[in-house]
Amino acid sequence: MLEVQSLVKTYGAFRALGPVTFSLGREDRVLGVVGPSGCGKSTLLRVLAGLDPLTGGTVRLDGTPITGARPDVAVVFQEPRLLPWATVRANIELGIWDQPASDRAAAVQAALAQVQLPAFGNALPRQLSGGMAQRVGIARALVRRPRLLLMDEPFAALDPLTRLRMQDHLLEMVGQEVPNVVIITHDIDEALALSDRILVLAGPPGEIRADLKIDLPQPRARTSAAFQAEKARILDLLFGPGAHAA
Amino acid sequence: MTDASLPDRPAVARRPPPDAHARTGKPWPAWAARLRRLALALVFPAAILLVWYLVSISGRVPAYLLPHPAEVVVWLVDLLRSGELRHQLAPSLGRVMAGFAIGAGTATVLGVLAGYVLTFRTLIDPTIHALRTIPGLAWIPMFILWFGIGEASKVALIALVTFFPVYLNTMAGVAGVDRKLIEVGRVNRLTGLRLMGRILLPASLPSYFVGLRQSMGVAWIVVVAAELMGASRGIGFLLLDGQMTGRPALVMACMLIFAACGKVTDMILAAIAAWALRWQDTLERAS
Repeated sequence: MLEVQSLVKTYGAFRALGPVTFSLGREDRVLGVVGPSGCGKSTLLRVLAGLDPLTGGTVRLDGTPITGARPDVAVVFQEPRLLPWATVRANIELGIWDQPASDRAAAVQAALAQVQLPAFGNALPRQLSGGMAQRVGIARALVRRPRLLLMDEPFAALDPLTRLRMQDHLLEMVGQEVPNVVIITHDIDEALALSDRILVLAGPPGEIRADLKIDLPQPRARTSAAFQAEKARILDLLFGPGAHAA
Repeated sequence: MTDASLPDRPAVARRPPPDAHARTGKPWPAWAARLRRLALALVFPAAILLVWYLVSISGRVPAYLLPHPAEVVVWLVDLLRSGELRHQLAPSLGRVMAGFAIGAGTATVLGVLAGYVLTFRTLIDPTIHALRTIPGLAWIPMFILWFGIGEASKVALIALVTFFPVYLNTMAGVAGVDRKLIEVGRVNRLTGLRLMGRILLPASLPSYFVGLRQSMGVAWIVVVAAELMGASRGIGFLLLDGQMTGRPALVMACMLIFAACGKVTDMILAAIAAWALRWQDTLERAS
């Protein structure tokens, strides 16, 4: 279980986030985080990833405090962030560099297949399109089979068709290969299609405006009345009359 | 789903073809493109040679000020045939390589440390910047005192001047590595030497090679000054001998030998850099 208790993050005198409290059990496999720009979504992800130290509060994963990078937590950034000098295969292998060499080749090939790039292992990042590069970044995170996968706008750079495919693929993996996913997105449709729960953030400083349980069955028809009703509820929280009152 | 069905295509496919023929738009064959670049590179030296030739045959400039190009060529052929070139070039080359290895090697280690460890940078960087403003020639009297007039002082001078470009470029390269790539290393639990080996050093290679090439050029410049310190062999010694004995054609032949040596060593470094940086997506590669 991911437990976030009274989390506060400041940069100098600027309080970017908090206090924020929530928990994420295995039953809520995907947690979507939505909110306007600058509300602290990426800050929350950076703290959960152990990239930035928290200023106050606690963050625990399965009872252990998150104080830095952990082997059971993987991150997909907004941009691919591939090492330009390394092949696609070597980039993905970075995620499991500490595992035995004999296991790595098969794991990398499986991750390449998961992101539909099985023939691109020897390519250099400069030979990939933006969407392909982002999928390699996703493969680098998946290859570790993390307990918690943190994704910061992971599909924003993909074309609409590939984005839908990757969203479907993410849903296939969660709960089996990856127990929990926290996905930050600006796309309300994406959040609703993927998430079991959605945190609506407001700020700065970032605070939880609403913690919504999404009970729609998977796969979710985006044109259904129930889906659109949930979307309207979130849009109202973000931009409605009461959005700026809190 | 197969790769062929994906809408994404490799970015390279969208680039304009390299070395396209200006009129037809078709790409040059590789050998023709290389030949074209070589021909272009020879235009400027050929123009200099032509001007030199015309000025020297005009009779307006006396031969002791500007020897005829043919006289210089005769000297070069003579040096080559008699074995004198090899006899004089070997010690110069040895000094340059030894000094370069010591200077660039030390600078690599200190540059990486200064780039990565802020405390170390604060400790040594101001001093190194102060030292690098001292002209190389100003060290000669002290080096003669400290190391004598043998090989050590010559190699030390070359090592000193080759140190600074490599140090500065390496430090700047490591310190300037994209924070986002370092974060990739951190989330994948790379620390210390592993972070350095997998991310910091490869990312700083472009800057490092700039420093190496600058240093090699400086080494060939300074070897003449180094051979002022009591050398009895070396191209620098030969050049000074030409000056003392009033043979400007020999002086110019030595200058051309230096130019050729500098060019060849730079080409070797450039070729190594091109191989090591083949991953770069640069304007040079695109064109």
